[in-house]
Amino acid sequence: MGRLLTVDENGLYCKQGDFYIDPWKPVKTALISHGHSDHMRWGMQHYICHHHTLPILKLRLGTENSSQGVAYGEVFEINGVKISFHPAGHIIGSAQIRLEFQDEVWLFTGDYKIAKDGVSTPYELVKCDHFITESTFGLPIYHFPPPELIYQDINSWWRQNADEGYNTVLLAYSLGKSQNILAHIDPSIGEVYLHGAVANTNNALAEIGYHFPGKYISPDIDRSALRSALIVAPPSASDTPWLRKLKPYRIAMCSGWMQLRGARRRKGVDRGFALSDHCDWDQLNQAIRQTGAKHVYVTHGYESIFSKWVTNHFGIPASILKTVYNDEEEESEL
Amino acid sequence: MRKFVELIEAIDSTTKTNQKVDAILRYLQIAGEEDKVFAIAILTGNKPRRPIKTTDLRVWASEMSDTPLWLLEECYYVVGDLAETITLTIPPSMPQKDFSLKGVFEDIIILRTDQPAVQKLKVLSYWSALSGSSLFVFNKFLTGNFRVGVSKKLVVKAIAKYLNYDEAVIEHRLMGKWNPFEETMGTLFAEEHLEGKHFLPYPFYLAYALEGNPRELGDLTDWILEAKLDGIRGQLIVREDEIFVWSRGEDLMNEKFVEFLPLKDILPNGTVLDGEIIPWKNDRPLDFQLMQTRIGRKNLSKKILEDIPLVMICYDVLEWQGNDIRDWPLAKRRQLLMEILATYPVNGVLLLSEEKIFNNWEEAELYRNQARQYFSEGLMIKNRNSPYEVGRKRGKWWKWKTDAMTIDGVLIYAQSGHGRRANLFTDYTFAVWDNGALVPFTKAYSGLTDKELITIDNWIKRNTIDKFGPVRSVKPELVFELAFEGINLSSRHKSGVALRFPRIVRWRRDKPALEANTKEDLLHLINAKHESTR
Ligand SMILES: [Zn+2]
Ligand SMILES: [Zn+2]
Repeated sequence: MGRLLTVDENGLYCKQGDFYIDPWKPVKTALISHGHSDHMRWGMQHYICHHHTLPILKLRLGTENSSQGVAYGEVFEINGVKISFHPAGHIIGSAQIRLEFQDEVWLFTGDYKIAKDGVSTPYELVKCDHFITESTFGLPIYHFPPPELIYQDINSWWRQNADEGYNTVLLAYSLGKSQNILAHIDPSIGEVYLHGAVANTNNALAEIGYHFPGKYISPDIDRSALRSALIVAPPSASDTPWLRKLKPYRIAMCSGWMQLRGARRRKGVDRGFALSDHCDWDQLNQAIRQTGAKHVYVTHGYESIFSKWVTNHFGIPASILKTVYNDEEEESEL
Repeated sequence: MRKFVELIEAIDSTTKTNQKVDAILRYLQIAGEEDKVFAIAILTGNKPRRPIKTTDLRVWASEMSDTPLWLLEECYYVVGDLAETITLTIPPSMPQKDFSLKGVFEDIIILRTDQPAVQKLKVLSYWSALSGSSLFVFNKFLTGNFRVGVSKKLVVKAIAKYLNYDEAVIEHRLMGKWNPFEETMGTLFAEEHLEGKHFLPYPFYLAYALEGNPRELGDLTDWILEAKLDGIRGQLIVREDEIFVWSRGEDLMNEKFVEFLPLKDILPNGTVLDGEIIPWKNDRPLDFQLMQTRIGRKNLSKKILEDIPLVMICYDVLEWQGNDIRDWPLAKRRQLLMEILATYPVNGVLLLSEEKIFNNWEEAELYRNQARQYFSEGLMIKNRNSPYEVGRKRGKWWKWKTDAMTIDGVLIYAQSGHGRRANLFTDYTFAVWDNGALVPFTKAYSGLTDKELITIDNWIKRNTIDKFGPVRSVKPELVFELAFEGINLSSRHKSGVALRFPRIVRWRRDKPALEANTKEDLLHLINAKHESTR
């Protein structure tokens, strides 16, 4: 018998069930780990994802295609393959996808983190035989501070900027990090405004009961009149005329890459907050140890380095699984 | 040390130069007198030599962090800086007592003469007592490449503000190598040293770019034409038995441009010359890039002085026998300049910028179009009667640059950048068509916006055909316009050509790969160049 999951030109494929996980080309049936654009693409005939990913699906891809929401832990079957979704702690609705067939368990993590962000359902440890893990921050230079500490830093930075009459612009991915930040800012400091991409995401999430502070900066708001406010915008807003209207401001990028001085400098921001929705080095290693996997497959990130480490250090055979997911922490979105 | 580290953090957390200056100023206002001297020494690059072999540091960090050496090397490749790599990798410790900057500086100097076992003991004890930015700064001392995002000029600016003196005066005081153990703030910046002005340059007179037709300038004989060379504009000052070489950025370059220092005993006091400092060997200029390499070096080895010697191509004299003669007409100043260069044995280091004689503007234009084969960037056009003015002035001095050559190439290989661009594919190799196949002909880096780099990076990840080590080959689809300053046949390159200063002008989203240029087009550029020399 061959492997339950393989990679073909369309994506990660399960032959037994004739379905794909996070495919990058249009296919018949797609299980979707979460709503980031490199994992949830346009053109599938049928989407299966967690309930809370549905509004994102609707927002980003329209509603023409048929889609089906499942709950965490709910088990269903496709041609004998038992499938269940489990919290990945990455963003709202993000899931690790567990497949079981003939006593063999495969687990696809999608993007995940063990650290609790205070918004998404926390990561759940799922035991498995075959573990497919991302490796975005799979190097021992990445040790992220606990999110609570970063939220505190963000608040005190905002307070300081506000005292000096500056606006504070936080660049954060519009789905995930933006909500984590908004849920933890101190509203007593000043007013909170949102770039359209963030506001749209928040509106979609409001349909399923998630509510975050912040007003959409609609075109009729005079941006040059804002003072001491906090503005949350996606990274693609940096260096645009839209941003220039918010002067005077100080700007920070919120991303795991900000742990490196070079990355901070390259972004040309005033501050970098190493706030990430991915596992850092210790979390990745913890996951590998605890899942009890006998085979490890490494996807997007430092695949070759991390798989070599897992093989040498844990004595677990690890190989690279070539996918086309990219790292949304740096992705420019529209 | 903590105050100093906070200063480094403040410098590091802003890209704005005035905020960096303010941070240094604040430090000078609060730090202890003794530490200030050391901070100034360190910030201006006057710091202890690397005390320890970096291979030893790697091994110790690997042991202390339980990270195999190969993995530490991979981290280093991504981070691009060993001190930062070690800081991020070794287990964090609780911040403890503060150290004096002078004490750390002293320890590091002693370390160099210690036995390896003692070195290890000392380094490990610092590693377990420091954390975060303090640890980073300490590691930068160990690796000997402590360079924070601040130029000597900004430090000078801050000290000038702090002491309320002219920047040039402070720059003069910080000239050369001085020993922080032998100086205090008092001796460094004593009143009596701060009064003199003999080291100051004149403000440079800068030419405007000529955009229109030169014929509009009128009679060619009213103008002195010279080759425009690619170097660093400089002023050479001999006064009061001292010599000063200032660059146009108003940096004192004595330490970098050492070949000019003997001129202090050759030229008479009260002499100021203006010219272009360029790398020059075997009676012709070298690539400007080589000069950049030389300037970037901390230590000028004998080899580098032999390989990349500098000369000044002089085109003006601003002061003679102590008299400011900037209001003389250019023709008269040039006459004097020629006499000076002929009288004093300056040969080899100071050369005259030759006047180019043309019969008409057409001939001048021909020269300008072929300027590159004469190792020049075009022509300078200066009015014979012009005084030496202040700053950039329109009307009497013009620069008439030749156009860059461009070619459209197809992106075929990509490699991730080093250091600050380590997580992006930013180093590209381009190809041109040759009988239906693509042959690589150049690499190029700069020229794209961050946003474009990110988009292309994503594209590369989706369109990788193959990986060889860090290099990816990608689908030949994206076309880029590349500009360069020179092109030559080369047996060392697979394509048979070598480009000078290739850079990306823009991403040609409008062009399919099939419409990129061909190898024939490249050869044509070379031929065109050589034909015109005949
Ligand atoms: Zn994601
Ligand atoms: Zn992803």
